Amino acid sequence: MATKARTRAKQVDAQGGDPAGTLRDYYEQMSLVRAFELRSGEMYARAKIGGYCHLNLGEEATVVGLMAAIEARDYLFTGYRDHGYALLRGLSPERVMAELFGKTTGVSGGRGGSMHLFDAETRLFGGYGIVGGQIPPATGAALALKYQESAGPDAAAVMCLLGDGTTNIGAFHESLNLAGLWKLPIVYVIVNNGLGMGTTVEKASAEPELYKRAASYRMPGLRVDGDDVLAVRDAARDALQQARESRQPVLLEVMCYRLRGHSVVDPARYRSPEDTTIAQQSDPVPSFRAELIASGVLSEADATAIDEAADARVTEAVTFAEESPEPDPDDLFAYVYATAVANAPSALPGEPVMDAL
Amino acid sequence: MPDVIMPRLSDTMEEGELSRWMKQVGDEIHKGDVLAEIETDKATMDLEAFDNGILEQLLVAAGALVPIGAPVARIGDGSNIVADGAAPAAPTTAPTTAPTDAPTAVAPAPATAAPTSPARPTGELRTSPLARKIGREHGLDLHTIVGTGPQGRITRTDVDAAIAKQETAVTTAASAPVSAPLAVIPQPATTSTGSTDSVAVPVSRIRAVTARRLTESQAVPHFFLTSVVDVERLIAFRADANASLAALGIKVSLNDLFVRASAVALRAHPEVNASWGDGVILRHSHVNVGVAVATDDGLLVPVVTDADQKSLGAIATETRALAGLARTGGLSLAQMSGGTFTISNLGMFGIDSFTAVLNPPEAGILAIGAASDVPAVRDGVLVTVPTVKITLTVDHRVLDGAVAAAFLRDLTTLLEEPLRIVL
Amino acid sequence: MNTDTDNTEAVTTRTITYRQALNETLRAELEHDEKVFLIGEEIGVFEGSYKITAGLLEDFGPDRVLDAPIAEEGFVGAALGAAMLGMRPVVEIMTINFSLIAIDQIVNHAAKMRSMFAGQVSIPLVIRMPGGGGQQLAATHSQNLEVWYAHIPGLKVVAPSTPADAKALLTAAIRDDDPVIFLENLSLYSAKGEVPDGEQIAEIGKAAVVKTGIDLTIVSYSRGTTTALEVANQLEAEGLSIEVVDLRSLRPLDRDTICASVKKTGHAVVFEDDWLSYGIGAEISATIGEGVFDFLDAPVRRVAAAEVPLPYAKSLERAALPSAADLARVVREVLNLAPATATSNDK
Ligand SMILES: Cc1ncc(C[n+]2csc(CCOP(=O)(O)OP(=O)(O)O)c2C)c(N)n1
Ligand SMILES: [Mg+2]
Repeated sequence: MATKARTRAKQVDAQGGDPAGTLRDYYEQMSLVRAFELRSGEMYARAKIGGYCHLNLGEEATVVGLMAAIEARDYLFTGYRDHGYALLRGLSPERVMAELFGKTTGVSGGRGGSMHLFDAETRLFGGYGIVGGQIPPATGAALALKYQESAGPDAAAVMCLLGDGTTNIGAFHESLNLAGLWKLPIVYVIVNNGLGMGTTVEKASAEPELYKRAASYRMPGLRVDGDDVLAVRDAARDALQQARESRQPVLLEVMCYRLRGHSVVDPARYRSPEDTTIAQQSDPVPSFRAELIASGVLSEADATAIDEAADARVTEAVTFAEESPEPDPDDLFAYVYATAVANAPSALPGEPVMDAL
Repeated sequence: MPDVIMPRLSDTMEEGELSRWMKQVGDEIHKGDVLAEIETDKATMDLEAFDNGILEQLLVAAGALVPIGAPVARIGDGSNIVADGAAPAAPTTAPTTAPTDAPTAVAPAPATAAPTSPARPTGELRTSPLARKIGREHGLDLHTIVGTGPQGRITRTDVDAAIAKQETAVTTAASAPVSAPLAVIPQPATTSTGSTDSVAVPVSRIRAVTARRLTESQAVPHFFLTSVVDVERLIAFRADANASLAALGIKVSLNDLFVRASAVALRAHPEVNASWGDGVILRHSHVNVGVAVATDDGLLVPVVTDADQKSLGAIATETRALAGLARTGGLSLAQMSGGTFTISNLGMFGIDSFTAVLNPPEAGILAIGAASDVPAVRDGVLVTVPTVKITLTVDHRVLDGAVAAAFLRDLTTLLEEPLRIVL
Repeated sequence: MNTDTDNTEAVTTRTITYRQALNETLRAELEHDEKVFLIGEEIGVFEGSYKITAGLLEDFGPDRVLDAPIAEEGFVGAALGAAMLGMRPVVEIMTINFSLIAIDQIVNHAAKMRSMFAGQVSIPLVIRMPGGGGQQLAATHSQNLEVWYAHIPGLKVVAPSTPADAKALLTAAIRDDDPVIFLENLSLYSAKGEVPDGEQIAEIGKAAVVKTGIDLTIVSYSRGTTTALEVANQLEAEGLSIEVVDLRSLRPLDRDTICASVKKTGHAVVFEDDWLSYGIGAEISATIGEGVFDFLDAPVRRVAAAEVPLPYAKSLERAALPSAADLARVVREVLNLAPATATSNDK
């Protein structure tokens, strides 16, 4: 397991400048993601959620920091570990939970599930289940932005999230090369949680200091402590600014720990006890909470109230998801094509493809 | 001078469209002159002349699709000019339409021509390929058959029913003495479809299989031969045999003697121990005699393999065991496979004589009736003699009347001189 | 199927899962030939996404059981290169969906080399991967893309439906000198069946009649065969006699076995998990039309997946995938029987 690069002392007050209200907001967001993910795990166990389900547990500071940096006009592409990002992009927990439940009220109408959250309005341009699948289209979105608008502080940019393991797929290298070559407004963020399923970064990447891979494409590469919400936010903001204003793509590596298994069904027995201990000790939610209390931003009672509110919010989401309707099988063929086409298939299994003439 | 041919003008081209002739018949042509425009899959290209001379003939009309290498024009010294108007119709890459129905020995079936018949009004004849094939083989006019399949399609069930009807008519007419032919198994109820006052009785798998096999066998051209066997000596022989075998716990039935006798006769007449196999006659090296057994679920035919090699005692023991298994449902598929001839005996039911339905692919089946006393004159005295009527059903594709008759005569002799059965 | 010449002693069998049959066969082949080695994502420490390679890293070490990074094109191509030098790599791709990233190496390279280089190299490469939907894995993770590979000359594509076949076909695939796509199925991994002990080598390219019958032939493969058998047995109780042909090999295709069966029954239904258009069933239907046209008593029908990217929601997924009830219904339709009364309609 890679040792983490701590980019700053873990003292909230050392940051200076961040109003208490902002810090409190961040904690509320972290608490919401944590509550949502724990409940997702539970709902999976209750068979309300099917398929694959990957959680952001242990990555909450990263999620909050990145989402604090991105602007509403920016586009976000992510892998399949996408619940927290969707929530903080402004999608209601109801619609996200409903998607996990496979209901019509879900963000993708129940058709995508956990790995495929998408919301055109908030420019969450997907959840992608195929490793690396998001990277070329994210790059293409940046190409479109470059074509559509001129650089500047008000320009939009693309943030493309990917895992440490994902940096080994060809699409990553091909895309970074294109972005470097064409000077595209995009920030590639490696959420390095130390593991791709059961494989450590050291066992998967010949250059385990992943941010250094940026050098091959002549783009800035930097690493930041993913348990530090403010550091993540600042680094991401800075990178986005370079993308917006100078069309300079950036590779940002965010170091964090995956608190549990790869997905809800993975008991992670392959993990060493030490590793598990480190992951638990660096859990960003309790440590940020403690910091805020220590620095007087929150009282213990405030923090507890926030946690309880988050939990209540998620309960509402579950109720909503539970009560929402399942998609109607009659709508099976909806959305397949944008332009209506002659002879589009519409046979259900076993239905004759045509009437005998 | 070689003909002008369609050139290859791109890597993926297979044929080109001769879109426009640029020269006319009679024009003087120089090497490199553009004769025509060719449209390929990729572009419009020029067709250049490789020879000097006079354009004598255009072999294809503008607009024709021509495969690479095919001639399109003729350049000569001008002595063979063929007028423009004579340019033949564009040859296309489509293969010349050959008659698809290569004439075969099979009599032409009117049905096959039906779908293409121009006179055919709206509701076209719908038939399955299998129904057409069977119809063709039996010279049926499918127009006379009402299809019961989807959208009125004529399927196998319909042609089978038609054939069965045809054959009943023929056999009853031809073999008048055999009154009400009693089959071993009732005919499949092909005619009951749609009847409102019938009750549908679900059938066992055995019955379903039997129904199918028998229907199949109805399609086989066949004939019957009957012989009356004097069984006086056979009965005496059986009594003797049982007396001497009693110690071994073996009991021989008349049926066992029929099995053994048939096997011996089959060995002597290999042409009967055969079956029809798609254009050839298969003569079997083993003599395996099936014995029809009635069970609660339907008819089963366990097979005594190599019956000609087995002793009477062995046959008796084996037949009894197989019949037992048949009644308890314990027969394996192997024990019911490989038969080359079948014996069906309804003697114990008091049936005097009957005809049995062929058990495909076997070429013969022997139907055995009950023993009955008939008056006869022996040494000038009127006596009664026990006799059994045996009827052989024969696959006519495999055997003709005379050959089958020779077999039946020998079998009759064997049964009348039973010592020969065991020798 | 047993190529051991000595068949006299009785073969003992054990009832094990498909997963276990694969695991034991990989182990046996690693022992049998030191040129055999395994490559794949998460096959070592993690013991395989579906635990097919459990215990193998421990027993054979990291030289024989290689954990690869997420780089399907890279490691499939690397396995191909090793095969060119005479090694016998057995690649695991986590699911068939991810093989699309490696498809260039498989289709443009592995399948072509032997003939393009005039027989100077052979490619003894096996690529194992499961297909299958029905687990709510959504559109990208539920595909049955076997026809993509079955379409490619130079590849052999096998798809065992039972633990015994998993063993015999995997052994055959590993010992084969050509690239073999070995198609597994997510929903078969836990299926149990009798597996003969000792070395078992199937003949690639042969289908099997796994149930005999006279009324209708169901042609299927992989998971579909288990459903076909289930339906055949259920219909048998109603007096129908259904024959089931398990393809086992999608390329080459055993057309004789298919046609011999349909010649006998006159009716055929193909049950396939892939999408209908241009699918496995299309090839089977064409074969039947060509081979036994005169013996067909009804049109060949296909029961295949609805042609949509498979949705996540259970209600839609269920509607889109071919089920036992669909198959039973179509069998009845082909035989021109009245539909079964209500009950079986689960859609
Ligand atoms: C092309 C492809 N190969 C394999 C997989 C299976 N898979 C899903 S997630 C994963 C690990 C990815 O690890 P990482 O990039 O570190 O992301 P994390 O799960 O840690 O967030 C793998 C191998 C896949 N989805 N797509
Ligand atoms: Mg990771």
